[in-house]
Amino acid sequence: MKLALREVLLAVRRAPLLSALGVVTIAFSLFACGLFGLVAVNIRDALRRVEERVEIRAFIADATPVEAVAAAMGDIAAFPEVAHVDYVSPDSALTRARRELGEFADVFEPGVLPGSIDIRLKPDFRDPRTVKAVAGRVASYTFVDDVRYGEDWVTKLYQLRTIATIVGLVLGVAFAAVATIIIGTTIRMAVLAREREIAIMRLVGATDAFVRLPFLIEGFTKGILGGFLALLLTWIASALIDQALGFPTAFFAPGVAALGVLGGAAIGLVGSAVSVSRHLRRV
Amino acid sequence: MIRLTHVSKVYPRTGRVLDDVSLHVAKGEFVFLTGPSGSGKSTLLKLVFMEERPSAGEVRVSGANSASLRRGDVARVRRKLGVVFQDFRLLDDRTAHANVAFALEVTGAPTAAIPGKVNRLLTQVGLASKAQAYPRELSGGEQQRVAIARALVNDPFVLVADEPTGNLDDRATRGVFQLLREINAAGTAVVMATHNLELMRRSDYRTIEMLHGRIVADSADPSVAEREAARRAEAETVTP
Ligand SMILES: Nc1ncnc2c1ncn2[C@@H]1O[C@H](COP(=O)(O)OP(=O)(O)OP(=O)(O)O)[C@@H](O)[C@H]1O
Ligand SMILES: [Mg+2]
Repeated sequence: MKLALREVLLAVRRAPLLSALGVVTIAFSLFACGLFGLVAVNIRDALRRVEERVEIRAFIADATPVEAVAAAMGDIAAFPEVAHVDYVSPDSALTRARRELGEFADVFEPGVLPGSIDIRLKPDFRDPRTVKAVAGRVASYTFVDDVRYGEDWVTKLYQLRTIATIVGLVLGVAFAAVATIIIGTTIRMAVLAREREIAIMRLVGATDAFVRLPFLIEGFTKGILGGFLALLLTWIASALIDQALGFPTAFFAPGVAALGVLGGAAIGLVGSAVSVSRHLRRV
Repeated sequence: MIRLTHVSKVYPRTGRVLDDVSLHVAKGEFVFLTGPSGSGKSTLLKLVFMEERPSAGEVRVSGANSASLRRGDVARVRRKLGVVFQDFRLLDDRTAHANVAFALEVTGAPTAAIPGKVNRLLTQVGLASKAQAYPRELSGGEQQRVAIARALVNDPFVLVADEPTGNLDDRATRGVFQLLREINAAGTAVVMATHNLELMRRSDYRTIEMLHGRIVADSADPSVAEREAARRAEAETVTP
């Protein structure tokens, strides 16, 4: 192990440019993935914020007893799909309408707007079918005049999310594959640069495992360094984008960022293992 | 002990390179392997240090058998024999001392024992004073001595040398040959491929001659040459 570390240091000292190139290549490959991931994270974030507004509004008939409404709200709150239930009295409906319409506020007379129960669903239940089903159940209360939930809008939003997820997955896999290939090539260069050494090691009776170890260490280290560099670059890019846009965008959760760095290390390690093994099989 | 029995080697692109070669090298023997360029000397040596496997027949080297050899066993065989080449194959960025030490390190020798052993070997090959020199600072003959010292690190029972003097001038050739004789005198067998008739004439070691992938003469066994002559005569009568 000590010897393997020495060989790694020697290799770096002998070809500092090649080693640096390896780290930078890994960093930029992962940086590209990181930028893409950032876009994906922000799109998902934006969609989720829009989804937050998916709401079912059940309008209540005039003169419905408060007790009946309260009981119904209790029932609805107990639906497994429901996150939150709100009662909006006719007065507060008026206030809200006036606030939203600003200068046209005077068109509403007190008493023209009905009260309502506003229902917000849990994140996993915002697909069109569930929304419709819940709306149907709410509509079955006799005192409910009408249920609105913007059917078109919910459907479109859901389609958009599905498309974004698929595109994200496909592009993400493509980016990762390209990064792996590029990283594999740099590692291959590192192996070829030491072809002579490998041949001599084998000639004097070094085992395959012994020949492999320094490359595994090197690949792992390059992967980690490249991963951190990529994370730094992505973070800087994100900060610059925030500055340009004037509002903060979402960044990776710490766990995801750590996973990215570990992913770099894994690519470095596996790439090295594959490269050396392929090379060893030929000699 | 090295034994080849009815060994053939066929390369997909170049065809039959070794043709029914049988050979036994005893403990402590010195053997010259000679023959024109392309006759298969290097290929035969590669079979001995297990860089290549025979297409037919079997190669046995100190208990290892090519027929049942697994990839992991190759390293073990290599530690029992030393190999030197015409082009030395030293690592250019390490001193003579480090080149020899490298061979000990990669075979897992105890670290504390390495420097002493390397110094002893460099003294044996007459390079004690150049231990800290890099290959580019050494003459061809000196580089070959480093390579020989490296080949001896594991106390091999045989030294396999493929034209070890091929790149050297007469003086260096004589020096390296003398060193190989000393190593042989100390008990290590030597199998040496060479074109140098002068060396063969000046010593009376066993000489094996190759032609077109066959052993056509063996100074230790006159029947080989007779058989080959008969075989050629037969071939001529069949295809006039
Ligand atoms: N790896 C290989 N693949 C295909 N053919 C090969 C290979 N190595 C050697 N040969 C062929 O085998 C034949 C014998 O080669 P070899 O190197 O054993 O000859 P040699 O007797 O050592 O010659 P020289 O005296 O020039 O070193 C040559 O015709 C060569 O083309
Ligand atoms: Mg040859």
